[in-house]
Amino acid sequence: MRLFEYFLGNRPRTADAAKDRLKLIVVRDRAATGEGPDFLPMLQKDLIEVVRRYVDIDDDKVQVDVDRKDNLSMLEVNIELPGRFGPNS
Amino acid sequence: MAKIITVTSGKGGVGKTTSAASLGAGLAKAGKKTVVIDFDVGLRNLDLVMGCERRVVFDFVNVIQDDIRVQQALIKDKRLDNLFILPASQTRDKDALDRDGVGRVLDELKQDFDYIVCDSPAGIEKGALMALYFADEAIVVANPEVSSVRDSDRIIGILNSRSKRAEEGREPVKQHLLLTRYDPDRVEQGDMLKTDDVLEILAIPLLGVIPQDKIVLTASNVGTPVVLEDSSIAGQAYQDAVQRLLGHDVPMRFIEPRKTNWFSRLLRRSA
Ligand SMILES: Nc1ncnc2c1ncn2[C@@H]1O[C@H](COP(=O)(O)OP(=O)(O)OP(=O)(O)O)[C@@H](O)[C@H]1O
Ligand SMILES: [Mg+2]
Repeated sequence: MRLFEYFLGNRPRTADAAKDRLKLIVVRDRAATGEGPDFLPMLQKDLIEVVRRYVDIDDDKVQVDVDRKDNLSMLEVNIELPGRFGPNS
Repeated sequence: MAKIITVTSGKGGVGKTTSAASLGAGLAKAGKKTVVIDFDVGLRNLDLVMGCERRVVFDFVNVIQDDIRVQQALIKDKRLDNLFILPASQTRDKDALDRDGVGRVLDELKQDFDYIVCDSPAGIEKGALMALYFADEAIVVANPEVSSVRDSDRIIGILNSRSKRAEEGREPVKQHLLLTRYDPDRVEQGDMLKTDDVLEILAIPLLGVIPQDKIVLTASNVGTPVVLEDSSIAGQAYQDAVQRLLGHDVPMRFIEPRKTNWFSRLLRRSA
């Protein structure tokens, strides 16, 4: 069966699942303990990657920030696109 | 003045003691006067892995509590002139180490040695905190596996917030990642996290990648640090890591699958 999957090339790559799950849990752990490096750089890197699938932007055009209030935090994301986008352009 | 390097991990059984023994022996072989200290009070194993278990007379706890001089407790390695071991106590518990006492012993050893390598117990409780508190540098040992990476992230957070350097607002503990029990074949098959995946999550510089290797078991059977097994891949990977610790730029080896013919590869993949 595995051999079959191998030839079909659709054998699941469990390492990808491991990485995705780790990214999420590590961010939650860090938030819960207040220890460890911030997840913002990781998020920023991911956002740049996603936006780049559609628009060609520089690394410094994506800004992420967390605004912490008493018992609520706001994630602020600023993405600057080159030129003007949208139907009226 | 010695540099204090703590080998730590959070999760147990990932290869801290194996790594502390090998890095210590490797540093000594490179001409650095090195002492490896076992902080795993109650579960001492460094003596076995380094092959000096029958020569233990006094231990770390005796030095702190019982007026034994540290020179009386140090065991000199039979193979390497520059290498010494300070064993943990097997009969006491982790509370036997108090911060002032540990600080005093480390201060004394600092005068005499170039490197002090601390083998931390697993966990994030008192014993592990004690082992990392005085560190100048830390080697975070991780396996390419979800729970180990998660626990490493915790220990990195603790290094950043609970070490003496952090408390005093000095330059933070310099951290290195040592990825052990790495299996390039499984990485290629997509079943094991690859080095870059782990680096992306933990975001600390890579000191080395130690492959999964049968020699680690056989070397521990006879009490030889793996790094002294010159012909083994794990031994050579530890030698490279030592060179990097000393500031040399050495390329990573043994992270690609070993070349085999297509047929045996196929067999392995489908196994
Ligand atoms: N590269 C490797 N290849 C194969 N086996 C290994 C490797 N590294 C470590 N091991 C094995 O893993 C086991 C645990 O290693 P070790 O005792 O060094 O871990 P540890 O982190 O010190 O454990 P503890 O948390 O209990 O102190 C041992 O049986 C050892 O032989
Ligand atoms: Mg150990």
